[in-house]
Amino acid sequence: MAQENKNDMEVIPRDSAKIRKIWITALILLLVTAFEFVLAFTMPRGILLYVLFILLTIVKAYYIMMEFMHLGEEAKPLFYSIIVPLIFLVWLVIALMKEGSDIFLMRW
Amino acid sequence: MSSTAIQVNSKRGIWGGGNEPLKASYGKLMMWFFLLSDIFTFGAFLITYGAIRMSYPAYEGSAADFSSSNEYWPIPEMIYDAIPFVHGGHFPLVFVGLMTFILIMSSVTMVLAVEAGHRNDKNDVVKWLLWTLLGGITFLSCQAWEWAHFIHGTDDGTLMTYVNSFNNIVTETVYGANLIVNEYGPPAFAQLFFFITGFHGFHVTIGVVLLFLAFYQAAVGVYQQRGHYEMVEKIGLYWHFVDLVWVFVFTFFYLI
Repeated sequence: MAQENKNDMEVIPRDSAKIRKIWITALILLLVTAFEFVLAFTMPRGILLYVLFILLTIVKAYYIMMEFMHLGEEAKPLFYSIIVPLIFLVWLVIALMKEGSDIFLMRW
Repeated sequence: MSSTAIQVNSKRGIWGGGNEPLKASYGKLMMWFFLLSDIFTFGAFLITYGAIRMSYPAYEGSAADFSSSNEYWPIPEMIYDAIPFVHGGHFPLVFVGLMTFILIMSSVTMVLAVEAGHRNDKNDVVKWLLWTLLGGITFLSCQAWEWAHFIHGTDDGTLMTYVNSFNNIVTETVYGANLIVNEYGPPAFAQLFFFITGFHGFHVTIGVVLLFLAFYQAAVGVYQQRGHYEMVEKIGLYWHFVDLVWVFVFTFFYLI
């Protein structure tokens, strides 16, 4: 896959194993989404359902970033400089969930 | 991807910038760091949505006898239940499901375009970019329809008491949605809908413009002359990011 002849731009033939992997990832994403639909109409609404939805969303995010954006194949320092800062979002989730529930208590 | 076509001429020494600790080109690094900052922007929006939603009472009762009110947060599947060409039907989440499918498929065709770029296969790059472009335009059209339906509302509307833009308390039947009042739930419900799906739609619009650029340049052979298809890869990163954000918007707006 590394480009040897960059001047005459020789076309490298398709690697069917790689293309297959792309379609399998697509299938996984679609199946997870379909499963979310099934859950939305069969499970009672509540914390358990929401946690399941968020976990399934993170599964989809993992596949998109790793398989489609090829983040896993980047150099390790680049990989961690993208992933590690996301820890700030964890703080924001905790802070704003607390804030939201406190506003709820004050208002109602 | 570390196997990007670009090969930096490293005649410069290690201390002259000749080494590449991250093994990625400047453009790709900058795209990644831009996407990181965009993750924070969208993350802040969606977490804010969560916080505001938590500050309102949830609807108590079964979904079957749900009716809209600005006293509590609505159940999404009872609000987003319209599809084009069928007036007043109840098809919960069918249309957003279709939109999700379209965006995921356009992400797949984008990876295939990037993969073809690695192989210098101009015909395949052009073909897959065209599919991706079509997917993006279809998604935007769907979103335009969804917004139009959301703004115009249902036939019956909802009887609501609210504070209007002149600061008067009024009781009247509300149809559709604007930034002051909406027939679906508290004002913040429509405000957040417009704000967050609008910001995502804006990103998709920019993505479509970039995709058209890549499609055109690939088709006329600009990248072939340049010797690599790295531009397709960078625009691909952006396009996947748009898909990634939609996955989260879908969960928080339409499922939870």
